[in-house]
Amino acid sequence: MTDNEHEIEQPDERVPKRVIGTPPPGTSMLGTAEVTQAEEEAPGVNLQDETKARKAEKIVAFCFMITFVAAIAFIISYVVFQVGSPEATGTSNMALGTSLTVAILSLAIGIVVWVRQIMPKYSLVQERHPMVSDEDVRGVVEKTFIEGANESGFVKRKLLRRTLLLGAAPLGLIPLVLLRDLDNSKMPGSQFNKLLRHTVWGEKTKDGKPRKLVVEGTGQPIRAADFNSPGGILSVVPEGYEHDLNALAKATLILIKFRPEELKSGVKQNWTHDGIVAYSKICTHVGCPAALYEQNTHHILCPCHQSTFDAADGAKVIFGPAARPLPQLPITVDSEGYLIAQGDFEVPPGPSYWERGDAEAEARAKGGQA
Amino acid sequence: MSDVLTSTPKAVSGPANFLDERLGGGAFLKRNLRKIFPDHWSFLLGEIALYSFVVLLLTGTFLTLWFKPSMMEIAYDGSYAPLKGVMMSEAYASSLEISFDVRGGLLIRQMHHWAALLFVAGMMVHALRVFFTGAYRKPREINWLIGVLLLTLALAEGLTGYSLPDDLLSGAGLRITEGVAISLPLVGTYITFFLFGGEYPGGDVISRFYSLHILLIPGILLALVSAHMVLMWVQKHTQMPGKGRTNQNVVGAPFYPAFMAKAGAYFLFTLGVIAGLATFTQINPIWIFGPYTPADVSAGSQPDFYMGFLEGALRIMPPWEINLFGTSHAGTLPLSVLIPALVPMGIIMTGLALYPFLERWVTGDHREHHIADRPRNNPHRTSIGVSAITFYGVLWLLGANDEIAANFHISLNMTTYAGRVLIFVAPALAYLIAYRMCLGLQRSDQAVISHGVESGVIKRLPHGEFIEVHTPPAEDMEAHLRGKEAVPMLPVAEDGAGIPPAGMRGPLGRLRARMSKAYGGEKIPLEDGHGHGHDEHAAIEHGEAHGGDEEHAAVGAGGDDRSLTH
Repeated sequence: MTDNEHEIEQPDERVPKRVIGTPPPGTSMLGTAEVTQAEEEAPGVNLQDETKARKAEKIVAFCFMITFVAAIAFIISYVVFQVGSPEATGTSNMALGTSLTVAILSLAIGIVVWVRQIMPKYSLVQERHPMVSDEDVRGVVEKTFIEGANESGFVKRKLLRRTLLLGAAPLGLIPLVLLRDLDNSKMPGSQFNKLLRHTVWGEKTKDGKPRKLVVEGTGQPIRAADFNSPGGILSVVPEGYEHDLNALAKATLILIKFRPEELKSGVKQNWTHDGIVAYSKICTHVGCPAALYEQNTHHILCPCHQSTFDAADGAKVIFGPAARPLPQLPITVDSEGYLIAQGDFEVPPGPSYWERGDAEAEARAKGGQA
Repeated sequence: MSDVLTSTPKAVSGPANFLDERLGGGAFLKRNLRKIFPDHWSFLLGEIALYSFVVLLLTGTFLTLWFKPSMMEIAYDGSYAPLKGVMMSEAYASSLEISFDVRGGLLIRQMHHWAALLFVAGMMVHALRVFFTGAYRKPREINWLIGVLLLTLALAEGLTGYSLPDDLLSGAGLRITEGVAISLPLVGTYITFFLFGGEYPGGDVISRFYSLHILLIPGILLALVSAHMVLMWVQKHTQMPGKGRTNQNVVGAPFYPAFMAKAGAYFLFTLGVIAGLATFTQINPIWIFGPYTPADVSAGSQPDFYMGFLEGALRIMPPWEINLFGTSHAGTLPLSVLIPALVPMGIIMTGLALYPFLERWVTGDHREHHIADRPRNNPHRTSIGVSAITFYGVLWLLGANDEIAANFHISLNMTTYAGRVLIFVAPALAYLIAYRMCLGLQRSDQAVISHGVESGVIKRLPHGEFIEVHTPPAEDMEAHLRGKEAVPMLPVAEDGAGIPPAGMRGPLGRLRARMSKAYGGEKIPLEDGHGHGHDEHAAIEHGEAHGGDEEHAAVGAGGDDRSLTH
């Protein structure tokens, strides 16, 4: 049995004791401690082995030399590589970025080797004290506070106190009042939402004609007879407002050509022309342009949050977070055959807001079609 | 060793003397030069955010030297040929100029963007570290609140910065911001008209965002970051449990010289990694998208990662909208915008801010804590945290559901339907799994303490049975495990007459008592006593003589033998 007991002791020496967690600083990967305690000068400060430190110094010096070279390379690259075309910019970016990265990283590596191999290992201890102040200190502060409050007369002199508060109250409002003119339109705030109800489609052009639909980008008016292949789609903006972002944010259209038999009851037929239907392109969810169209299914898809509208059925919502259909714009053709707006949208296009109300029901109550 | 410093060199003592005679900083330095900083890899996460912030300030200043925060329409006349002559805002034109016509401009612009991503990511993982180790507890609640405020402001800072280049992508973000702002009940239209100077997009928002982005928000951030640092310095950093570490001390390396040098190197690493990312990884190639117009959007538009969860929330929301007063011009509540825009952010930020106070209310723990918890040792806290991460993660993934659908060939609609279910199911599931994992890890600690660790030595007993010899764990590892402390619990026990203690009687009090009972207490005691067959062999060598029989009573549910050493 004595042999047995001896065996129990054995694993102690044969097995590395540390089994979980990170090795302590100074333990090499192979398990033997390398920190020499011999030169210890203060408790908790373990100096490094001098031969190891000397080797480390060379590595650190090498790192710092790389930094020197790379930093010079950065300055040279700045002078040598000019910009001015995407290719040249790419080359310059690569040269500048690489030299900067190398310079900084090798400096960082050098310092880390310095700290870990040359500076001592520390395990110093410092006391903590509770954050709370001593009782007598708190007592003195409290006494001082009460004395000062009484000396100032703030407690005793009610008139002073009350008029001070009275005076300060409106002062606090001034910064808010000053922000009122952030809105440049100078109209009463209650009128803001009225602007959102109208788009430029409701206005005649300068010479009193109805506004033409023009293709986004080119500004070309659209002859109905030319827009004749079913499944065709155009992004359309109002004539005269091709570059007015405020107008475009509400008035941009998506124009789709259908075969007459494809149109379902949701589409207001007398707002179309020969199977051409115009919907607001501004999504009724949060206002992204609903720019994607799938010909086979007639689905309009907003790429931002994937609200999906059935273009053949009044752009009613069939999927996604949008709650309302894309408003349809009444269109027709002028005497030359160009597509024009009959009038404005019946309901406000774009995202919902507090003052919008159930504009769709309101429109139906008014008798629907313009 | 002749190169040893025996007295302070003139170059240092001269200025030091000058300053001390005028400022008297000697006492401060005496106290603080050798201030001790405890070491743990997780303590470095916050530093990533700090150093990214420094990089942001430096690179951002560089960008302001060329950037023109103006929405004035001009024809582009720079060196990027495909956009020559295109009408665009001065903001976009100057962003292109920085990218193509200023040497190092593209590098610094990309560094600024990468640093912004790393800034927010660093704050997030740092916040998680603080949360899971309970480092927000007294006396650090104020610093925790500052941190929550910093994170919120960083999101606002990111949002304003994202909009500045005024390319098509940043405009899409701005449009969504407008759609969210205008949906707010009562004040929505007012807020958008004040923000945009009238109707969207107007001609003011870039210059307004610019002053917010480069002056107001960074100013507040800088002040709060400084306060965050000062409080950390004054309160001293928490430390992980371990040998010789108590609630009344700090064990680690001194500020001067070791910590100082390490921190400097760490700043350089952060800077170097950001520079490397900016060099080799293209980010936000604004020239591809073209100038902003409200009429266009590019498919696959994605916000920066930290806004992804809001995007996901918007995407999975069902199409709900209420008109409170029918057709009258008021009372529209676009719930499909309001709920996703406000609720997830509200839950996460409010939850973070209130957690230290809720936990104190539930546990009744008013002590100071300087030893960090290991996450497993407070299983309910850890599960709540994991549950919140899952909630956030589901929203974040769904923010890219179009990419998921396209890359994995799943129906887009299915991803949305799945998201609507997962947003409720996944956090609950994550809670349960995390809770079980915590208990399992606690059991493994228990096994190490009471049975020792596997030695790899197989022994044959006289009657032929083979056993593996267990040895006691190393001293410092044992100290690390023994740093565990039961989660405090309110005195909830009813007295002899079945009456609960004062403060636990009303409906709220009863809820508090029940929560305290569930949240607090020792789930798996470290010592499970003896009597598990051959494990006794390990106990022979066990250094600690205490424990054992007294603890038998406490074994309870944890007493069944599930130790992982078998």
